Amino acid sequence: MDVLGLFNYWIVIVLMMIGFYIVISHGNLVKKVVGLNVFQVSVFVFFISMSKVRGGTAPILEEGIEVYSNPLPHVLILTAIVVGVATTALALGLVVRIRDAYGTIEADEIIEPEEDGA
Amino acid sequence: MVAIGLTLVRLRDLFSVAMLFGIFSLLAAALYVVQDAVDVAFTEAAVGAGISTVLILATLALTTSEEKAPPGRALGALAVVLVTGAALIYGTLDMPAYGDPAAPIHQHVVPRYIERSAAEIGVPNIVTSVLASYRGYDTLGEVTVIFTAAAGVLALLGRRRGRVGIVDSLQVRQDARKDGEVPRSVLAPKPILRVVSKLLMPLILLFALYVQFHGDFGPGGGFQAGVIFGSAFILYALIFGAHNARQVIPAAVRRAGLGAGLLLYALVGVAGLLMGGRYLNYAVLADEPTHGQHLGIMLIEFGVGTTVAAAMIIIFFVFSGQDR
Amino acid sequence: MIAAHLPALQVVVPLISAPLCLLLRRPGAAWTVALAVSWFALAVALSLLIEVSIGGPVSYPIGDWAAPWGIEYRVDQVGALVLVIVTAIGAVVMPFAGASVAHEIASDRAYLFYTMYLLCLTGLLGIAITGDVFNLFVFLEISSLSSYVLISMGQDRRALTAAYNYLVMGTVGATFYVIGVGMMYMMTGTLNMADLATRLPAVADTRTILMALAFLTVGLSLKLALFPLHTWLPNAYTYAPSVVTAFLAATATKVAVYAFIRVYFTVFGEVDLFEIAPMVPILMVLALAGMFVGSAVAIFQNNLKRMLAYSSIAQIGYMVLGLSFASVTGLAGGIIHLFNHALMKSALFLALGCVVLRLGTVHIDGLRGLGRRMPLTMAAFVVGGLSLIGVPLTVGFISKWYLVQAALEKGWWPIAGLIVLSSLLAVIYVWRVVEIAYFRPAPEGSAAVEEAPIFMLAPTWIMAGASIYFGIDATATLEVARGAAEFLIKGAP
Repeated sequence: MDVLGLFNYWIVIVLMMIGFYIVISHGNLVKKVVGLNVFQVSVFVFFISMSKVRGGTAPILEEGIEVYSNPLPHVLILTAIVVGVATTALALGLVVRIRDAYGTIEADEIIEPEEDGA
Repeated sequence: MVAIGLTLVRLRDLFSVAMLFGIFSLLAAALYVVQDAVDVAFTEAAVGAGISTVLILATLALTTSEEKAPPGRALGALAVVLVTGAALIYGTLDMPAYGDPAAPIHQHVVPRYIERSAAEIGVPNIVTSVLASYRGYDTLGEVTVIFTAAAGVLALLGRRRGRVGIVDSLQVRQDARKDGEVPRSVLAPKPILRVVSKLLMPLILLFALYVQFHGDFGPGGGFQAGVIFGSAFILYALIFGAHNARQVIPAAVRRAGLGAGLLLYALVGVAGLLMGGRYLNYAVLADEPTHGQHLGIMLIEFGVGTTVAAAMIIIFFVFSGQDR
Repeated sequence: MIAAHLPALQVVVPLISAPLCLLLRRPGAAWTVALAVSWFALAVALSLLIEVSIGGPVSYPIGDWAAPWGIEYRVDQVGALVLVIVTAIGAVVMPFAGASVAHEIASDRAYLFYTMYLLCLTGLLGIAITGDVFNLFVFLEISSLSSYVLISMGQDRRALTAAYNYLVMGTVGATFYVIGVGMMYMMTGTLNMADLATRLPAVADTRTILMALAFLTVGLSLKLALFPLHTWLPNAYTYAPSVVTAFLAATATKVAVYAFIRVYFTVFGEVDLFEIAPMVPILMVLALAGMFVGSAVAIFQNNLKRMLAYSSIAQIGYMVLGLSFASVTGLAGGIIHLFNHALMKSALFLALGCVVLRLGTVHIDGLRGLGRRMPLTMAAFVVGGLSLIGVPLTVGFISKWYLVQAALEKGWWPIAGLIVLSSLLAVIYVWRVVEIAYFRPAPEGSAAVEEAPIFMLAPTWIMAGASIYFGIDATATLEVARGAAEFLIKGAP
């Protein structure tokens, strides 16, 4: 097993887990969104890493170039980035509304009695 | 990047968090360039470092910027994260090494894109070929997601009347000083800013158009162009005041743009269907398949650009507290 | 000519109509569009189901790019059945929505409601029909984003936090799913489900694929609210507008279960899951735990929407239990419960929608004596409740019968016993409502309450009626479910 060959992925995993940790451990709603973003960006880096071919260039056809990096993960990640930003916009929209309704953006401060006749 | 990530965990001042996240995103973009993903890098820089950061800042302006007491559930969370991370590392053990040209992903499916896209689609940028044609349907879904987000933000925040957004809070301060004057941004009196931005505006718009139509050959395309186009208007709004910017593109036009771009994309697909191909087959749109592909890709990229620009402007205005 | 393009039209027509709704802006017009599209989609789904039942799976390569290079739409019996479930619920819920939305959502935002509904429909149908794992993610996100917005439109401010929590957990789930897809892609080089199925066995015993399966499982479990990843569900269902609850409860989790079936029985169809992964027994344990915890918590709820939400968690447990048997009978039981549960839950939530319209509350105390004041609504509720318990002559009985059979086939007596036992818990919570509604007098001096309007009652009763009809005559549904299960398992006993 080539440890050096996998090192890149391990760094990415560390990043992913930092993002994931922010999401589940923090009570601040904006920070959670930032955490989600870090998590997602790291997953994107993971995809892009796998598309790299040693000695390859950007996948734009040109004369005299034989080896291109794999374009498919690029396409997938373009889509995923867009999905990510859309999610972020919606999440932040919700945060603003929550702040309007409750006056706080800390998850711990908006816990209400669950039992009532809503 | 790891250092920034760790700092993000600790930092409680949310403004710094937002800025750091922007830097994190730019670093990721740089990493993509190193790994040959120029299109992705372009988008990440525009979206992650640009839009997301601006949105986070806007949200903070509307809420609070300080995170409260440190979390109490840290240990449990840490345990979950460690298990997940360990699982991932365990999973990597059988992966092909980084950059190995013999890895399965470089052997199956992709060779056709690289070898035949020039003949089948006639566009040098393989990413554009795959994005717009081979997997054009994913892109249609992606535009739909953008559409959903913009319409969703409208539904969420569209009716917050009597609230002050970031752009307008700049104006309000101005109003307090001089009554009776037309509300203007605090940035407005600065003549240099005004002149420079007037000079820049056409250039930015031109650049947006270049990116829009050059996506076939170099990195770029409808999505990135839409983002740049949208940013131009946001710049305009920041300097000349949201009020003036709103008059340049009224609400009805913004909404129409949002819907029309998606409709254009979806209807190009239907056109392919009516002309005897399957849904989203562009080859049948013109006499020669590659011409058809060109035409189809140009049209759908234009649709993407329209929807994305409209969505950006709508989201910005809504967050600045003014759109309905 | 149209017939050949049905798979594309199934998704594209709702997709095109969503921006139309946004441009129309008038609630009435938007509602008309949504209604017309829902009925059209149902017609398409039914004709696809018939086509598939006769002629076998249909494949539709989008853009004429053959899979695995392009994205392929693939309809088989399971997919077609799910399409029918989703569109049928949409078609029945839409007439109901007219009055209910006008009552619960401000009129200048109603057009956005219909836009979101159509997007959600698009997303759900897209998931059910696609043959590409990444395309599934894109449509999953379309349906998720729109459902977050739909939930946040609830009147109570807690709808906002419910939507936010759902968003965070949903996005984590989707990201896990993407990681899983990435790992599979890494080892096989393809994203097409059929292609994956043929290429996976060669690499099935690698650690990467094992983890890919684990991440796909966790990601989708978050979406389908499998115990203990269900925490977003109760609040989301409780505070969402009534129509949204009825629609999502009957469709969203079902589609997630479907995606689960796809991953396990199509993508990993050629791999013997029992050999490579301890996943299957874990799923079974979680499913059983969900059945009991969900039902037990439901007993103590005073908010009826919340009670039904917990009951949903229990019902999802039954579905996953069916899958985890990995036998034709078990899978058929799971699939048929998918269909049956959609019927009964939508009947129950629609009935509660009627109650909200007239009483403005779904608190259990508010329902005193309601059996006499809104007899038709409450009767529909009771029918749905009986079905939840699994009383003979209702659809609930059919699915439980099948699940028990599947357990007995394998000789797992204790599990069969547990299925019956958990049904007893359902008796308790349904009985609580019945007792209050029928055996307590109406509170003194309460205002007169009339029955809900006909176009709300009719959809409620269509669903209630269907859950009796398909309970008495289950041959058609059973045939489809068995066919689907056999197709998925391919010759296994």
